[in-house]
Formats: sequence, C-alpha cells, structure tokens
Amino acid sequence: MISAHGFGDPGKMKEYHYTGPVEHRFSPYAFNGGTVLAVAGEDFAIVASDTRLSEGYSIHSRDSPKCYKLTDTTVIGCSGFHGDCLTLTKIIDARLKMYKHSNNKSMTSGAIAAMLSTILYGRRFFPYYVYNIIGGLDEHGKGAVYSFDPVGSYQRDTYKAGGSASAMLQPLLDNQIGFKNMEGVQHVPLTRDKAVQLVKDVFISAAERDVYTGDALRVCVITKEGINEQTIPLRKD
Amino acid sequence: MTDYYNFGLRRLKKSRRNSGIPLHFFIPTLPNPAPSNNRSLFPYSPANQSVTVRRPFPLSHGTTTLGFIFQGGVIAAADTRASAGGLVACPEVHKITPIHSHLVVTSSGSGADCMLWERILTREIRLYQLRHRRCLSIRGTAKLLSFMLHPFKGTEVCVALTLCGWDKDAGNTDCTKMSEDLSSTTDDSSSAVCSSQDVTAMAHSASPSSGPKLIYVCSDGARLQGDIFSVGSGSPYAYGVLDRDLRWSLSKEEAISLAREAVFRATHRDAYSGNNVDLFHVTAQGWSQRKREDLKEEYYRDMKRKTNIVEG
Repeated sequence: MISAHGFGDPGKMKEYHYTGPVEHRFSPYAFNGGTVLAVAGEDFAIVASDTRLSEGYSIHSRDSPKCYKLTDTTVIGCSGFHGDCLTLTKIIDARLKMYKHSNNKSMTSGAIAAMLSTILYGRRFFPYYVYNIIGGLDEHGKGAVYSFDPVGSYQRDTYKAGGSASAMLQPLLDNQIGFKNMEGVQHVPLTRDKAVQLVKDVFISAAERDVYTGDALRVCVITKEGINEQTIPLRKD
Repeated sequence: MTDYYNFGLRRLKKSRRNSGIPLHFFIPTLPNPAPSNNRSLFPYSPANQSVTVRRPFPLSHGTTTLGFIFQGGVIAAADTRASAGGLVACPEVHKITPIHSHLVVTSSGSGADCMLWERILTREIRLYQLRHRRCLSIRGTAKLLSFMLHPFKGTEVCVALTLCGWDKDAGNTDCTKMSEDLSSTTDDSSSAVCSSQDVTAMAHSASPSSGPKLIYVCSDGARLQGDIFSVGSGSPYAYGVLDRDLRWSLSKEEAISLAREAVFRATHRDAYSGNNVDLFHVTAQGWSQRKREDLKEEYYRDMKRKTNIVEG
C-alpha cells in the first residue's frame, strides 16, 4: 500500500512557483495521513495506529486514533481519508448489527473481512479512500490479519502495515517477523510481549522519518480474554 | 438487452433467496446511467458524461499467468506478485483460484476486480448447480462470465481471466465445490486425487464437449477458446519459452517443468512479476495444486548452472 502524496492532488504539497494557468477542480478526497499496523500471533493479534490527524501542512488533531473496535475479537484500523474512514466504520457497524439480528451470532473475523471486501467493491467507481487492516482472532482462536486495498482486494496475512509510512515499515516487518532475506536464523514464533515491543519500536522509527506519523501510538492487543488498549507517546514534531 | 444482473435483481426481489441482503451489495453500480451520480460534484460540470473523480491511489496490476492443454490435462501457472504503482503491495497473492472441483481460473489485471468477479462467478456457478442439478460446462461458464462483465465494458474494470478446466460427460451430476480434505498442497511426485468423484469416466473421452478446456475471458468482451494462453505484463516472455517446447505428448512432469520455467523466465525479465510460482494441474479427477515455490532459489540455481556451462 503506497502513500498517496505522489499521486494526484490530495495530500500533495502545493507548488509555490508559477507554472502557467492551472484549472482547479474540486477533489472530494483529502489525505489525512496516519499509519496502521497489525500483527497476528499464535493466540493473539495486535492492531496499532498512530493518533495524528493531518492535512497538508497542518495537524487537525493529536488524539485521533485509527483503530476501531468492531466485535470482542476484531479490531479494524483505517487510514487515508478520515471522512471515508468514519462513514465506512459506521456502515460496518450497521452491517454487523444486521447480521447479529438475522443470524443470532456475532460475525467472525473472516466473515467481516469478506463483507468489507464487498462493501468496498460496491463503490468501485468512486472508491472509499481508506486503507483497511483487520486484526482479530479466527474461529480456532488463532490470530488473523486481513489487509485490504481501497477497492476491496484482500488477503489474510501474518503482518501488514498500511497508511502513510507503510512503505517504510513493511520491509522492516518482512525482515523481523517474516525472517525474509536472513540467512542462518532460527524461526522462533513471536511471543505477545516481543510483538508489542516490536510494534512500539517500529512506530518510533516511523515517527522519525514520516511527517504524517507521530504524536501518540494506540496499541490494541486482542486475546481470548478481550481487547487490551495502551497509549504510548511518540514524537510531537 | 436486459442486463444480466438487473434480471437477477428482479428475480431476487420476489423471492427472498439472499436472506435479505440485496444483490446490489455485491455488484457495483455503474458509473454512467444514474443521473444523480455522486461522482460529479462540480456544479458546472461539462456536458460530457464520462467525468470521473481522479483516484489518489494506484491499484494493483501487472502479472504473468499462463495455461495450456496437453495429453495429461490442463496446466495453469502464475506468479504471486501484486504491484501498485512502484510498490509491491503483496508478494504472496493467490492468482489461481479454484471455482469448483474441475475448474480453476487464473486472474490478471486489477487485483480487486479479479477477486470480486471470481467470487461472483463462484456464487453463480454454485447456484446453477443447485438449481439445475448439473455442472455448467466450461464454455457455459465463460459465456456467463462474459455476459456479466459486459455492462462494465468501457469502465475501468480490468479483468482478464483464463478458465482452465475439465468438462465431464453429460449426465454426470457430481461437481463438488472443493471439498475440505483436498490435498491442496501436494508435490507433483505424489498422485493427488482431489474430489470425491467416482472415477468411471477415466479414459480421455472422444466426444468434443468433454475433456480439457481453456477459455480466455476479458472485460473488453473477448471470449476465446484455445490450447495455450498467457496473460499479463510478463506474457511475451512466457510465450517465448512455451512456444519452443510445448507439444501435446508431454508427460506430466515435463509439462509442469515447462510451465514453471516459463513463469520463472517471465519473472526474471518483467519487473511487475515475481516472488513465487503457483501451479495447478486439472484432470478428469479434478484439480491438484503443486506446493508454492520461491523463485529466488531457482535464480541462484540457474546462475550456478550458467557458470558451470561456461567453465566446464
């Protein structure tokens, strides 16, 4: 998932020299920044996001976390355009309730992922500008992470980073959790404490190098006991 | 001409077959017809109808997939890289999806479009099977898919699917949706029998409507039956390798090795293909999948082979 400020108007810093006559069109999208990360373990899942809400050169809010709790075993992280994130989570909540009322049980993580895919594709020609990552426990109690693109293509992963700093974080996760491109290393499974520490370190690095990431980090750890949230401060500059 | 899915919508409104969730939740509404279209927010928009909102992000594209028929059935192979602009969005995508026990579809084009349209196709095939108590033929499936995609011709939907399957004789009602105890990751060395079929029709049937089939369907409207297809940005490289060695009389191991080599060479030269190779083999008994292989190792082996040739 690539950061958007290379593409199109939203989020792009304005050019301050004369380029000739330019037609300005209203763009319904804006880029509000933010990074989301999810990691799946043997019996836990972690969804983490920073809490900065920015637009162009300004910061709208330092306390706008991007993790939303859907059920007792599922959390979704949405970054991109904040307006679409809010509407999308409202629609997901409504569909969860509809499912609960007609089927008399809560949706599983896999079912939520499949449903979100169809919701996103329903807007194929005017997409929700949101990068979603769902983290939760599947029916067998194992950690599951589902990552999406803005039009609904999705995949179950072990770890995924999305949002503005995703291109920086994903290679680091590939190396540390996926043991990619490492020779002669033992593949030890990730424990919960090590995973939380890794997530914290990774976000501290992201805040150093990405202007849209910072202020604070919200970590949600999902286990069969429930969802545990912590907030850790990050760089505010 | 009645659009296929509108027809479906009318039918569904009468009977509550979808447990209350309407079909239009699955298939996106077209950009042009709706007068109150929510895309053109600019009040003084020009008369031209096809104003689109510019998307601020790239979608995933770029691939190498191939399929061919030989005496032992159909081979379908693909790489596993999904790229979005210059970034590898996912290095481990599944580009070959089983639809039912005797049909596998390779996808190319935009990742989300392919995934969702495969899902819609699987749903329609399953409904057909339940309603008519027989499997739809591969040609029928291709026609159905082509007609479902037709309303989206001219829009940005970019789907190029190759249906690789085995048609059974008429009268055989058994075409199970993939059963869970499938040997879904088997080596080509083990004899993998996948579905709970009774294997009465083992001999390669002489009738033209049964046997291996390979049909290419794309969102531009093309629907082509053939013996060999390769789709995607890496397809020219794959065709080069396949055209050299492909014969009807290949053995199963030779065919698998040829497909693997074609994908490997394509991933080597095409920037948008890479990572692993997936391989499926479809026979009268159903499909079997070869274990996904990382091409990084193959590249090192190939380098070694080349230095041996130079030295020795």
